[in-house]
Amino acid sequence: MKRLVTLSAAAIFAALLIDVLLDLPAAALDLRALLAEAMPASGVAHPVTAVLLNTRGYDTLLEIAVLLVALLGVVISSARTNLSSDPGRTPASHVAIDADPMVSALARLVTPLAVIFAIYVLWAGAHRPGGAFQAAAILAAALVLLHFARIVPACTAPSCRLRVAAVAGFAIFLVIAAIPLAGGALLQYPPAAAGLLILAIESGLTVSLALVLAGLFLLLADDAGGRQ
Amino acid sequence: MSGALLYAIAGVLLFAAGAAGVVLLDHLLRRVLAFNIMGSGACLVLVGLAQRNGIPDPVPQAMVLTGIVVAVAATGLALALIRRLHAQTGHADGKTEEERVKGETGAGCSLPASHSVAGRGDD
Amino acid sequence: MTERLAMLAPLALPLLILLPLAWAALAFVLGTGRGSRLAIAAAAVQLMLAFALASAVMDGGPLHHAAGGWGAPLGIDLVADGLAAAMLLLTQAVALPLFIFARGYFHQDGARPDAAGHHFWPLAGFLVAGMNALYLSEDIFNLYVTLELVGLAAVGLVASGGGAAQTAAALRYLFAALLGSGAYLLGVALLYGAFGSVSMATLTPLIAGASASAGAGASEVALIAALLMMAGLLMKSALFPFHFWLPPAHGGAPAPVSALLSALVVKASIYLVLRLWLGPLAPLLTPLAWLPTLLGTAAILWGSWRAIHAERLKLLVAYSTVAQLGYLFLALPLVGVGSTGASASAILTLQALAHGLGKAAMFAAAGIIIHATGRDRVDDVAGIAERLPLTLFTFALAGVSLMGLPPSGGFLAKWLLIDLAMARGHWPLVAVILAGGLLAAIYIFRVLRLAFLNLPEAVIEAEHHKARVVPRSAEWMAFTLAAASVLLGLFGGLPLLQLVDGVGAGEGVTSGVTSGLVPGLTSGAVVGAP
Repeated sequence: MKRLVTLSAAAIFAALLIDVLLDLPAAALDLRALLAEAMPASGVAHPVTAVLLNTRGYDTLLEIAVLLVALLGVVISSARTNLSSDPGRTPASHVAIDADPMVSALARLVTPLAVIFAIYVLWAGAHRPGGAFQAAAILAAALVLLHFARIVPACTAPSCRLRVAAVAGFAIFLVIAAIPLAGGALLQYPPAAAGLLILAIESGLTVSLALVLAGLFLLLADDAGGRQ
Repeated sequence: MSGALLYAIAGVLLFAAGAAGVVLLDHLLRRVLAFNIMGSGACLVLVGLAQRNGIPDPVPQAMVLTGIVVAVAATGLALALIRRLHAQTGHADGKTEEERVKGETGAGCSLPASHSVAGRGDD
Repeated sequence: MTERLAMLAPLALPLLILLPLAWAALAFVLGTGRGSRLAIAAAAVQLMLAFALASAVMDGGPLHHAAGGWGAPLGIDLVADGLAAAMLLLTQAVALPLFIFARGYFHQDGARPDAAGHHFWPLAGFLVAGMNALYLSEDIFNLYVTLELVGLAAVGLVASGGGAAQTAAALRYLFAALLGSGAYLLGVALLYGAFGSVSMATLTPLIAGASASAGAGASEVALIAALLMMAGLLMKSALFPFHFWLPPAHGGAPAPVSALLSALVVKASIYLVLRLWLGPLAPLLTPLAWLPTLLGTAAILWGSWRAIHAERLKLLVAYSTVAQLGYLFLALPLVGVGSTGASASAILTLQALAHGLGKAAMFAAAGIIIHATGRDRVDDVAGIAERLPLTLFTFALAGVSLMGLPPSGGFLAKWLLIDLAMARGHWPLVAVILAGGLLAAIYIFRVLRLAFLNLPEAVIEAEHHKARVVPRSAEWMAFTLAAASVLLGLFGGLPLLQLVDGVGAGEGVTSGVTSGLVPGLTSGAVVGAP
């Protein structure tokens, strides 16, 4: 019964909305023109990067905070699970059998390339699709691959050094956001320095986001807590 | 109707399917997947509807990037919580949460005898 | 001093967001259980900033801050009007005493904090930052990000309780929050598609124009978007029948977390309902105003009923939240100015403030009682009056405000609401508000009656033996919150109404209240008014 009601409600909703969308007139406002005017002062040549880190950079600042909150939530979950299991146990990844030699070989081959590719993607973000998030995702994927090759262990709680590195990108962003308050608005870069500041923010974010994204995985990957 | 509107229509369908999944599915892992489908649907509407005249609009594209990162964060948190619930109670099935919450007042983590979904909760 | 504060006010908008973000990140780096002093010091500064902001808004009207210097619709604008300033003040005013309480609560045995408090400080920092950002933002997509920041931080805090029940409650909360924010996001996507902007200031005239020209496709899309956003936000606000996730989450979390969630977090999404309903979405939603009122009525009755029958003390307080939130939805059809000159949104803000302070105090008091007795059944409060007199007094004071007895802030809010309902001829609302007060009295006196029971000497001796130490600072902070909730009715109410409505709007309130206190009321003159 619940199934039938929910499914038909979803179907009716979709049909109704699609029907309305079919004859939706053009939007009254077009931000593309406004953005095109703002591009020369934005410090980058790629419009998506300009929106992401300049005109709507404030969104991005809060979004990094959301990622850090998720990381904290995952730390809470994994730490508490492990507390309830044997405190003296060795981490699962260490007692496990050796990694597949194919995976190890692949990891050794791919990781340096991934680092180079990530740096390229980060740099490319200024004028074509790319940027900190994509670069961070590539680095995080390399870290996960290294974990499968038993080179990077899973962790239960990030060490102090890891915490500093994970927060560093956010801290740089926060400082660069706050400095313009002295004479203007939050995140209001001087147009001449905008390109450089955005590159600084993106470089910091690449490292930190890679660690956060990999951390979300590696904290979950510590399987011993999950199977008592 | 322009071809670009197809993306928005697909987005609406994905959203409706995902929302129904979040409501209907019992296993929490499936619910997380359904939520991701729902979120992707909303993002597709955001991008697809804005460029229904065929010219790409960078503003919603940047917003969708933000939305994706937020969804990754939420998914990570949900998975960690599901894994912990599984470690603590032996199941990851949302169906009996009510009984579990009522039955326990926070201290213990005993297994409700009436319930077993070992085959589905594992892996 | 005041001049210097006034100069600080425009900067308070970004600083109220950046400061908590900064100390939250720092607390994260410091590691498990650390950062409490940092948080308390920062919360004190934030309270000062919120005061400066509120007084500047009261004197000079709304303040704007264009993030990035672009300005809407291309950039994101921060706006502090009276409503936002009042909510910011509430957030900081509740956060500071609660943080001092939490420090005492989590660090009972000297240096080593309770396991539940290991990650409290960074999460609380991100939570406060998210709420402050939410109150200030005027961009509906940015609001989505702030909603997620608040939601995920709250889920993390619920999960920090540690037990299986808390994990289940956190998951249920998370799925409700995600379903809610997903619906909200689709609404934002549709509005952007239909109008090409996510700025409220830009959208307001566009939506009004579209709904005026009937038959246009844009107004239908906008209506669906409005309904989606409202459904999502009501889900997050735990309005009946979407309240299912609230009692386990608020009732199961550690006491400081419950207090933060019940006093502040639910208010954030309700604030957004109010802001959108009275703002850009008004032309679409005004005909539907009876719906939230109906649901609010159901919430008051159902929440009170469950609180009366709750077996666990914190669950009782949590169901009381479900009921008290109902009041915040009653006044939507009353938009406009009542006989005393206070608008519906000003009265709602007053109710939100009174409930926020009172509920924070009540959860804190319940946490102290549970900690001292080691049990959390309502029956276990028997005889607590002798052992924790201050905490019981706190509980009673907070109850006074929740029941709406004079001179508390809860009384002032409910009295003004009744007055407004009578002015508009909405008699059923008057009955609901009065019934809600009576039901609240039943569940609060249920606890108080037990607390004053005389236990046999032997039992008291045994209990004293088991009793755990609760820091005095924690007890006093809970008391401060409760006292503030009561004093709000005496001293804070009028300035608050003026803050939300603008100077001069609350002129009639003082005379209205004093005449209202006289039995027999002045209602005869009011009833006939349109």
